[in-house]
Amino acid sequence: MMRRWAVTLLAAFVALVTIAPLLWMVSVSFMAPGEAARVPPPLLPGSPTLENYRQLFGTYGALRFLANSLLVSTLATILALLFTVPAGYAFAKLRFRGRDATFRLLVAALVVPAQIGMLPLFLELKAMGLVNSYAGALVPWLAGIFGIFLVRQYCLSIPDEMLEAARIDGAGEGVILRRIVLPVLTPIIVTLALFVFLSSWNDFMWPLIVLADQRLYTLPVALAALSREHVQDNELMMAGAVVTTLPVLILFLALQRFYLNGLLAGSVKG
Amino acid sequence: MNAGRRSQARAGWIMTGPALVAILIFFVLPAAASLALSFTDFDIYALADIGNLRFIGFRNYERLLENPLFWKATTNSLLFVAIGTPFVVVLSLFAAMLVNSRWLAWRPLWRVALFAPYVTTLVATAVVWRYLLHTRYGLVNYLLSLVGAGPVDWLGSPTASLPAILLFVGWKSFGYNMIIFLAALQTVPRELEEAARIDGAGWFARLRHVTLPAIAPTVLLVSVLTVAAMFQLFTEPYVMTQGGPAQSTVTILYFMYEEGFKWWNLGSGAAVAFLLFLCVLAVTLVQLRLARRGGAI
Repeated sequence: MMRRWAVTLLAAFVALVTIAPLLWMVSVSFMAPGEAARVPPPLLPGSPTLENYRQLFGTYGALRFLANSLLVSTLATILALLFTVPAGYAFAKLRFRGRDATFRLLVAALVVPAQIGMLPLFLELKAMGLVNSYAGALVPWLAGIFGIFLVRQYCLSIPDEMLEAARIDGAGEGVILRRIVLPVLTPIIVTLALFVFLSSWNDFMWPLIVLADQRLYTLPVALAALSREHVQDNELMMAGAVVTTLPVLILFLALQRFYLNGLLAGSVKG
Repeated sequence: MNAGRRSQARAGWIMTGPALVAILIFFVLPAAASLALSFTDFDIYALADIGNLRFIGFRNYERLLENPLFWKATTNSLLFVAIGTPFVVVLSLFAAMLVNSRWLAWRPLWRVALFAPYVTTLVATAVVWRYLLHTRYGLVNYLLSLVGAGPVDWLGSPTASLPAILLFVGWKSFGYNMIIFLAALQTVPRELEEAARIDGAGWFARLRHVTLPAIAPTVLLVSVLTVAAMFQLFTEPYVMTQGGPAQSTVTILYFMYEEGFKWWNLGSGAAVAFLLFLCVLAVTLVQLRLARRGGAI
């Protein structure tokens, strides 16, 4: 009994230390300008105010960046699903020449970090006229090898008899995918959608490179630029951090089971 | 049957086609082009007019080897790998063991709380930590002052800046590895540990002789993933220190970004990218080799 309390108390302490920076971020975002820069650092706002958020959305036009982030992440998610789900299923369940060799090449390509090709990719998109556009920010999400991999792993457990029965009934392959396979895949599709949405929302280096026009900035790019100009405005920056990270944090908390299960499915093989 | 097989083959290529084409154009081609680009003097003039482009063989690589900042960046990245990898792996393993403890109540709650930093936006939490690590008003130094230590000029001193960033990186990423470790720990039979306990083995002896051997492949997997992640640090120094002070946090990737997109030396930047790839590959292969010799896999 003693032991149970000790371990749980220790876990509670570690958890508190872990989420303390996030709690502090929320708390400071409601402080009056300059309030956080004191010794000892205050933990709670003296009189909570929305001033920082008002300034963020009023003076600095954060609504625009929020909309950009929502647009890019939503489109990235939809496109990634359209490209990777059928491919993952085909690699698992359809027989065609060259399938296994192609898949082995894809797995080998997983070792190559995406940053290696960033400079040529930039030149390539420049030639295609896609630099400084939403399309340019979306491009890397079309080439999601990891997503194909994840969907394939999941599809391997679909019984072949189910597909054969549909084929004997005269259903085409497209119909089988839509009517029979997709309903079975719902959990992994939710997981993959969550992965892509969160990673594209949090992505920084590529949008920083490809989006030069400030009006196209996503939240992380805008926040990084703002924080370089306003190093002293502690409270304003915390409001910006809250607006940037709270949406994905809430999304994760709501769908955490899908996220954690998918993470294990992906890492066991990776 | 034959017609069925043919229609399956056609469907197979239709379904994989779009993804394969996208991977080819936006991933394979740029990665391969990176190597070709590294043998050219692609710069701002070539960007304006491709006619200015020349093949210069290995000259980009030669120049990099003579560039002190490149060596500084490489040394910094190796330091991040050498110090950061054991730090993150140990941190994650202890977190996993704590959450896996059979005396723990409300396990799912603690698991989610410890994992939460991993899903937050890197830029946002890097900004938060920049203030937490502030010399005068930061919470970290305040806590240190309570035990009579500090104050440490975390982000302003060339010796403290790298540990400061690692502190943040550890906080941000240990939850991910913890989940992987947790899955491995759950496959270790409780009876095994119980038997060792009855034989009088202490906590550390059980960890060393029972738990660690059982999860060795996972320790290796997590180390490989962490090494790769440490080589790819960019956002953290970009937001928290801008590579400073005294270039103490310029990483290889940060150097590549500046070379390519600040100075528009794309040929030289591509050479950096290729060297980075070789580093990641080499370390991964060495670790796999060691594991094979040790019988972990």
